Amino acid sequence: MIENYYRIIEAIFPFGWAHYVFMKNALIAIIFIAPLFALLGTLVVGKRMAFFSDVLGHSALTGIALGVIFGLREPFWAMLAFMVVLSVLINLFKGLTQASSDTVLGVFFAVTVALGVVILSKGAGFNKFTVYLIGDILAVSREQIYWLMGITVGVLWYWMFFGNNLMLISVNPALARARGIRVFWMETSFVIVLAVIVAISIRLIGILMVNSLLILPAAAARNLANNVREYTLLSILISLISGISGLILSFYLGTATGATIVLFCAGFYLVAALGAKLWRGR
Amino acid sequence: MQNSCAHCCTKIEDLGVDFGARPVLEGVNLHLNCKELLALIGPNGAGKTTLLRAILGEIPYSGKINFLVRSAQKQRPAIGYVPQKLIFDPDSPISVLDLVAASIRRCPVWMGVRRAVREEAKESLKKFSADGLMHRRIGELSGGELQRVFLAMAMNPVPDLLLLDEPLSAVDVNGLSLFYDIVTDLKKEYDISIIMATHDLAGIAPHADRMVLMNRSIIAEGTPAEVFRDKLMLETFQLSLWNISSLKND
Repeated sequence: MIENYYRIIEAIFPFGWAHYVFMKNALIAIIFIAPLFALLGTLVVGKRMAFFSDVLGHSALTGIALGVIFGLREPFWAMLAFMVVLSVLINLFKGLTQASSDTVLGVFFAVTVALGVVILSKGAGFNKFTVYLIGDILAVSREQIYWLMGITVGVLWYWMFFGNNLMLISVNPALARARGIRVFWMETSFVIVLAVIVAISIRLIGILMVNSLLILPAAAARNLANNVREYTLLSILISLISGISGLILSFYLGTATGATIVLFCAGFYLVAALGAKLWRGR
Repeated sequence: MQNSCAHCCTKIEDLGVDFGARPVLEGVNLHLNCKELLALIGPNGAGKTTLLRAILGEIPYSGKINFLVRSAQKQRPAIGYVPQKLIFDPDSPISVLDLVAASIRRCPVWMGVRRAVREEAKESLKKFSADGLMHRRIGELSGGELQRVFLAMAMNPVPDLLLLDEPLSAVDVNGLSLFYDIVTDLKKEYDISIIMATHDLAGIAPHADRMVLMNRSIIAEGTPAEVFRDKLMLETFQLSLWNISSLKND
């Protein structure tokens, strides 16, 4: 199946970089990851969850550390399980404490990062995990690409069914509840979906960059969109253009792909924010 | 009480709410018939919003809330809810049409709003003089405009019980009279009960069938005129006799 994608890529991009299989794999991965991040990012930004997703991204460290403790060769499953449990716990805890959600998240952030670093640095072994910090999308495997394709279908299905409910909750939870929406379960399902996407992308994008990819396309699109449709489509477009441009540029510059993509997203954000300010005279 | 159909009502018995060790509401008993507008008044922190949140099922409570809806005992009636003043980012990209369409149909608004849904949303908004706001972003609306949009949403589908939580806190004078006219029309037109938490004593008095003064529990209850005569009302709001005579609605 993937050979067909290779042929399409070579036809669209008749350039040197497109001859390499690892670049074609990375491009396919980006074509699937970028819209997912953009879609989820629209709600992350709308619900002011930027700090939450940052905590989620950084909690990967503890997940990896747990994988190491359990002696797993590939710590992905431990990381995924930990991130899902953590996201559900934060969601639960948010409702139980009177403290502001910033403070609650700050506490989770501190504990997960410190715990992860302490465990991984035991015996000066942290270096071999730095790949998780900056990620390496050029090393994406076929298996990972198939996973991404499956998850994209799942998230699109989820968004088709629950996108409206999630939007109403982001406007006002009580309003949503009065309309019969099960706010707690919807929010829990959303943080689980977010945790799964972030966990799957950590190895490719990097702990330090994953949150930026979630936030920046939506933040840029907010400046330009007049309704939810424009917001979603612009976020996806900005994410895709940044992803593909970042991949190609990083190939020629020899830089980290995740970070290069983020710089493109940031460029879009700056242009959109300044453009909107000038256009609307705000 | 006017034109009560006597078959639908909301009965609240011995309701209490605790936040930790602190009781916020205790021993609240209320009986509300349909076609009745009940004004909930009291100082800040009196528990008005908490009572509405308990009725919505948002927070745990002790005691009982029973709904008898059109001769059928239902655990949960259809509740329309208009929240307190909400502040949105000016750059929030949600349009009024998105909000209304998302609340009446399942088809995802991020894929666009179909013509049939758009027409239905327009009809809903039109009843509340808000159809002209359809393509505006919610962050750009004034307090009064936003509350009319929320009211349109709360009334589609027509609920059994309409809860208005200080809906007028961000509404200007023109918006106030429009809002009261709309709520009075709703009461006449539909078989619904309305509970409105408010600080606007003078504005609500001519429109309310009953008034409840609360401060953690119910202090006084009756027609607006009866409640205004209550000694505790004078103490709670530090009203002068002149104020009272202007508020009376015999």
